[in-house]
Amino acid sequence: MEKRVTFKGWLLPMCLLMPQIIITAVFFFYPAGQAIYQSLFIPDPFGLSMKWVGLGNFEYLLGDSYYRASFVTTAVFSILVTVTSMGFALYLAVLADRLIKGSGVYRTLLIWPYAVAPAVAGVLWLFMFNTRVGVVSWYLGLLGYDWNHVLNEAEAMGLVVVASSWGRVSYNFLFFLAGLQAIPKSVIEAAAIDGARFWTRFRTIVFPLLSPTTFFLLVVNIVYAFFETFGVIHTITAGGPQQATTILVYKVFSDGFVSQDLGSSAAQSVILLVIVGALTIVQFKFIERRVHY
Amino acid sequence: MKIKTLLGAFASTIALSSNAYAATEIQWWHAFTGRLGELLAVQIEEFNASQSDFVVVGSHKGNYSETLNAGIAAFRAGEQPHILMVFEVGTATMMAAKGAIKPVYEVMAEGGAPFDPDGYMGAVKGYYTTTDGDMLSLPYNSSTPVLYVNRDAFKAAGMDPDMDLSTWQNVGEALDELKAGGQDCPLVTAWQSWVHLENMSAWHDVPFASKDNGFAGLDTELMLNGPVQVAHVEAMGQWAKDGKFIYTGRRNEGGANFRSGECALFTESSAGYAGVKAEAKFDFEIRTLPYWEGAGNAPQNTIIGGSSLWVMAGHDAEEYKGVSQFLSFLSSSDVQAKWHQNTGYLPITNAAAEQTKAEGFYDENPGTEIAGQQMTGKAPTGNSKGLRLGSFDQIRGIIDEELEAVWAGDKDAQTALDSAKERGDALLRRFEQANR
Repeated sequence: MEKRVTFKGWLLPMCLLMPQIIITAVFFFYPAGQAIYQSLFIPDPFGLSMKWVGLGNFEYLLGDSYYRASFVTTAVFSILVTVTSMGFALYLAVLADRLIKGSGVYRTLLIWPYAVAPAVAGVLWLFMFNTRVGVVSWYLGLLGYDWNHVLNEAEAMGLVVVASSWGRVSYNFLFFLAGLQAIPKSVIEAAAIDGARFWTRFRTIVFPLLSPTTFFLLVVNIVYAFFETFGVIHTITAGGPQQATTILVYKVFSDGFVSQDLGSSAAQSVILLVIVGALTIVQFKFIERRVHY
Repeated sequence: MKIKTLLGAFASTIALSSNAYAATEIQWWHAFTGRLGELLAVQIEEFNASQSDFVVVGSHKGNYSETLNAGIAAFRAGEQPHILMVFEVGTATMMAAKGAIKPVYEVMAEGGAPFDPDGYMGAVKGYYTTTDGDMLSLPYNSSTPVLYVNRDAFKAAGMDPDMDLSTWQNVGEALDELKAGGQDCPLVTAWQSWVHLENMSAWHDVPFASKDNGFAGLDTELMLNGPVQVAHVEAMGQWAKDGKFIYTGRRNEGGANFRSGECALFTESSAGYAGVKAEAKFDFEIRTLPYWEGAGNAPQNTIIGGSSLWVMAGHDAEEYKGVSQFLSFLSSSDVQAKWHQNTGYLPITNAAAEQTKAEGFYDENPGTEIAGQQMTGKAPTGNSKGLRLGSFDQIRGIIDEELEAVWAGDKDAQTALDSAKERGDALLRRFEQANR
C-alpha cells in the first residue's frame, strides 16, 4: 500500500516548487540556452559583432583530428579518475569502518583534502613532481627513474589523474563510510557465523548492499572528471605534453577563457553537454538495474 | 626600503584621498605583482604626486591572460578601465576590436600632452603601430631573448668561458664539450615558441607568417615551416635526444634550473636578468642570441615580447586628457630609464637608452646593453618588425605541442612544423572570418 499525499489546489505546490524551478532556470537552462545560441556564431571577444555561421563551429571542431582525439583522452582520464578515487576511497572506508579506536581522527584527516581548491591541489602536486626540483622526482631519480612529465605523455596523464583524484577520495570516502555503517551488523554477523571470511562477506553482502552509494558516486565522479578538472590540468600540464592531457572541458576553458574563441568554446560545451547527458541516461538505464536499494 | 616605500605610498594615499573628490580618476588594470608590481606602483605614485587634476588608480587583475579577459568582460558590462595592459600576443585581438579601443595617437593628439612616437625604438614601436605609422597602443614593458651563460659551468667542464657563442654552430660544439665534460644540463630554454621560432625567424630575416608576419592583412598564413626554422628545430631535436638540450616546460620553468646553477646555457627574455642576478650564486654573463652562420640574413634583429597599454573606448574627454598626461609621463626618459635599469626590460625610448648609458649603468652591469643592441643593430624588415596574428595564444599552444613532439622524438622537425602551420592556419582563417 502506497501512501500518497495530494494537494487540493495548484497554488501551494507551485509555490513550493518555484524556488527550485527558478534556480534551475537561471543557473542551468538560461546558460545552456545561451551556449547553444552562441555556438551558432563566431562572435568577436568584445561582443561588438556576431557572425552567423550555422553549424560551422561544429563542422570546424569535428573536422579537427586533434579535437576528435581528445574524446579518447577524456574517456581514459575520466575512467582513471573515477576508478582511482572510488577504489581508494572504498579501501580507506572499509579500513576506517573496522577501526574501533581513533576512527574520528582518521575520518577528519581523510576529509581534509576535499577542502583544497583544484588549482591549489594542482600546484601542490606539481611541486612534488617538478621534473628537476620536485621532492618525489628527486627520490625517483635516486632510484634511477628519470621522471619527466613535461615530455612523457603517460607520466603526465598519471600525474593529472592522481592530482584530480586526491581531493575526490575524501568526498567518496565520506559516502562509502556512511554506506558501510548503514549495513546492518546482524547480516554480517550471520554470514560470519556461517563461516564466510572477510573477503567473501565483502563480495557477497557488503558490496551489493553498498551498490546505491556506489552508483551515486559513479555518476557524480564521472560528472566531476568531465567538468571540474580543468583547474588541475591548467596548473599542471596546460593540456600537454603534445595533447596528452587535453580533455574536452580543458579545451572549452582554454579556447574560451584563455583564447577568447567564444564560438568554438560554446560549441564544445554543447557537445560536452550532449555527451554527459547521454552518459547519465546510459548509467541510469543499464547500471541502475543492478543496484539493490 | 620596502616598508618605507609602502609607508610612503600609504601616506600619500591618505593625502590624496582627502582631495580626491576634485581629481578625475583614471583606472589602470595591469598584470604585475612582486617586484614589477612595486615598481609600477611607484610610477603611479610619482605621477599622482606631480599634479593634482588626475588620480591614477592601478588594479592588479591576474596574469596577462586574466587581465585581458577582465578587460574584455568589463567592456561587455560597460565598466571598462581607461587603460588596459595587454601582452603582445593579444595585440591583434585588440587591434581588431575597433569599437572597444581608442588609439593612443588619437588620445595623445586630443589630450595635447607632449608625446613623440618617433622617440621609441623602431623595433618596439613597430609592433604597436599601423602600417601607416599610427601608434595604437603605448609600449610599456618590452624584452627580447638573449643567451645567459653560466661561466662556472664552462670552467667546471674544462672549457674557456670566453669562447665565441655567437653562432649556433659554435654553441653546438660547446654543447658537445659540456656534455663530454660531465654537464647534465648543457642547454635549457624558456618560451620555446617565442625564442626558437618567432625570434629565430626575425633574427634570420625569414618570414614567420606571410603578409609581413600579419601586419599587412588578416589573410596571413604561417610560414614557420621554412628551411631555416626546420633546420634549427631539427638541430634542437637532436640535442634533446642526446641529452644536451633539456626541455623543462612551455613557459619559463627552465629559469629555476639555470638560476640554481644546474644548467650551463639558457635562452630567456632579457627581463629575466633581475631574477638571475638576484639568485645566481655563480659567475654569469649575457650574450646575444646565437644565429646560424650562413642561414638567411642573420643577424638581423630580434623582436619583442611584453606588453603595451591600450586605452579603452567609452570615457569622457576630460578623462582622456588625464590618460594622455599619464602616458606622456610614462614615456618620459627618466621613468623609462629607471624601469629599464631596475627590470632588465628594454629601454624603449632612445632617450632612455642614452640616459642609461650616460649614467654609466652599462659599465657597471655588463651584458644589460646586449638586448638593446640586438633590437637596434639593423633597421627592422618586414620579417623582423614583429608579429600580428589573430588567435596567437592558441597558435603558440599548437606550436608548443608540435615542438614537444620533436623533443620527445615522436616527430621529425619538418613534419611537426608542417602540422603546426596547417593547424595554425585553420585558426587564422577563423579569426579572419570573425573580424572581416
